[in-house]
Amino acid sequence: MTTTVEAPPGGAPERTSRVAAPLGRRVLLAVAAPLAAAVFALLVSSVALLASGNPPLEVYSKMLTDGTQLRSVLITINNAVPLYLAGVAVAIGFRMALFNIGVEGQYALAALLAASVGAAVQLPGALHIGLVLLVAIAVGASWAGVAAVLKVTRGVSEVISTILLNVIAAGIAAFLLAEHLQKRVEGSNNSATPPLPESARFPNLNGLLDGLGITAPQGTNLGGFVLVAIVVGVLYWVLVNRSLFGFEMKAVGINPFAARASGVHTKRTTVITLLLSGGVAGLVGLAQVLGTSYSYGLSFTAGLGFTGIGVALLGRNSPIGIAFAALLFAFLERSSSTLQFIDVPTEIYVIMQGAIVLSVVVAYEAVRRIAATQAERAVRHATEEIAA
Amino acid sequence: MRRSATGRLRLAAVLTVASLGLLACGSDSGTETAEPAASSSAGGAESDVRVGLAYDVGGRGDRSFNDAAAAGLDQAKTELGVEGQELSPNAQGTDRGDNLRSLAEEGYNPIFAVGFAYAEELGTIATDFPETTFFIIDDSSVEAPNVKGLVFAEEQGSFLVGAAAALKSTTNSVGFIGGVQTPLLEKFEAGFVAGAKQVKPDIELQTAYLSQPPDFSGFGDPAAGQEAANGMFDAGADVIYAAAGGSGLGVFQSALANDALGIGVDSDQYESIGASNPELQPVILTSMLKRVDVAVFDALQAFVRRRGDPCRHDLRPRGRRRRLLHLRWPGRRHRRAARGAEGADRQRRDHGPQHAVADRSPRGRRTLPVRRPLR
Repeated sequence: MTTTVEAPPGGAPERTSRVAAPLGRRVLLAVAAPLAAAVFALLVSSVALLASGNPPLEVYSKMLTDGTQLRSVLITINNAVPLYLAGVAVAIGFRMALFNIGVEGQYALAALLAASVGAAVQLPGALHIGLVLLVAIAVGASWAGVAAVLKVTRGVSEVISTILLNVIAAGIAAFLLAEHLQKRVEGSNNSATPPLPESARFPNLNGLLDGLGITAPQGTNLGGFVLVAIVVGVLYWVLVNRSLFGFEMKAVGINPFAARASGVHTKRTTVITLLLSGGVAGLVGLAQVLGTSYSYGLSFTAGLGFTGIGVALLGRNSPIGIAFAALLFAFLERSSSTLQFIDVPTEIYVIMQGAIVLSVVVAYEAVRRIAATQAERAVRHATEEIAA
Repeated sequence: MRRSATGRLRLAAVLTVASLGLLACGSDSGTETAEPAASSSAGGAESDVRVGLAYDVGGRGDRSFNDAAAAGLDQAKTELGVEGQELSPNAQGTDRGDNLRSLAEEGYNPIFAVGFAYAEELGTIATDFPETTFFIIDDSSVEAPNVKGLVFAEEQGSFLVGAAAALKSTTNSVGFIGGVQTPLLEKFEAGFVAGAKQVKPDIELQTAYLSQPPDFSGFGDPAAGQEAANGMFDAGADVIYAAAGGSGLGVFQSALANDALGIGVDSDQYESIGASNPELQPVILTSMLKRVDVAVFDALQAFVRRRGDPCRHDLRPRGRRRRLLHLRWPGRRHRRAARGAEGADRQRRDHGPQHAVADRSPRGRRTLPVRRPLR
């Protein structure tokens, strides 16, 4: 937009200064959005804290002191991993304006089948883990593929189909677990798949920490699955920023008709995007299955698919942004646990999460509109000047 | 149709008494609390015991399972003078293990893990903190000397309300609505079905669950409960047992609209729901109380007094249980007397989950004809 302002030739000194001003303002605007969001989120959280009878400053300082302890940092990173994967899965869809709400069902089904396959076979270490990962990706992708096929052949909105597929996936997973895949343990009220053999368990990174001179506190590990998240993040970055397909995705997302007119195969792009999104979604539950619980059971974490939508929104679909968003969510989650020691109700963190997501979305939209109005005004001024 | 209020009350009274009897525990406490040493140490409301309590998802205030555990802790605070720290997991329950570990690290002892979902991580945590005693509710699978499982015979209380439902049904058709289809809830269902069939073998039974794991929303979704109940009432049922936590409210609302009856669970819902919705009281026939509060309080009392063992909570009369215990540990009191209090304490720790006694006894199996749950 501002390029239009600079476009007219013959730069009078007076005009250059006027062009420079919006540039400075643009930098200001870029900082304004996250800043305004942070201030607003803090404000809402403080009001919530005050309303529940807790001094906000004391709470925030407790969050910081507890949250920066090594154990909390490790737990935060571990909990951020599935959130990050869920965020990336949703963001891949967002890139071409596809709303994959089905991450929830995709990862539950994928984790169940991957855990069962992993427990049923015997393979040497890396191969075993590789097989489990592959099964999870395949299951997640095929479940998303159902929505993709419905969309391109029948024009069913992926919003509707993925929501409904969530319900079906939950039913199938519960049925398979209860009737076929579970192994009951005497005296337990849990129902879970048989435990994964040693070879399928993802190694933790405590050795790496030791190498850095950090000793992980007893009972807390740095889960190895963080590596998978990093790899997925890098691949996602390459996909959206450095690949033709990423460009096509974006083109279809912005204007499918224009994209088709310029030779993009929109249906194929839609299918591949949803498959990729579902494949990444399939990995979400594996941090738990391969890293901590070694089985899929009743205590399997549900709801990450929906949290992932918030993470993707907060991270604004960028690989780095989603990482920060996932870490922030995991940090708040961890705080909700430690804050209970000073009698802060655990629901506060849900309020904080909501406040942050809302204020970020609102702030960026507000700033975008302000920037658009200013650009418009600048263009008008410039054209008036030329006319004069 | 109008139901006789006195009939309802009489039945409710019988069942309330029955449910209070759910605590047939305390092992040999019947004789031992009579000892002067025990009464003097237990009478005072002063104690340096700091209790940690980690709830399951929902936390304090769910008007159901977690609140029952909270009630047990509250009672122990006033009567035993213990201190308590409570932690609730986040909505997804991802920090259950972390919470448990935090409590252990802060030095709380004993620590309660409220819910079978803790079993997975409790094993390793208990090994890391061998000096801490852990109690886990609804699970007896954790094998560690410092872990005790508090389990309940949910099917027995459900058997009673099943019989009550069948007796009150005029259409010869009753229903069961479970919150989430888990093995634990299927025990409720099995007991209810068996109880109803015991009274009327030809009774028609409908069952439904509101959600499937790992989606646990069925315990807090009154709208879903109402819808499921509407369907059952339409199909001819006139008494429904709602073993569905917070979703029970919707079942009672549906019962009111359909001029039928509902049966509550976990707390006396005639009182707890009646407090906010008095119009629903006439349709609440009775409630099946699992008495998690009694289990928690009892375990704490046993811990504070350094004697007795919490165990499986069921409807068995006290006398028989004592005999069972003596079968398992002959001469136990004898040895304890010889060793003194310290020895008894060590012995208490070494026992492991004692409920296994009741679980494995042939008698326990015979009391209840367990039938395959209907689908």
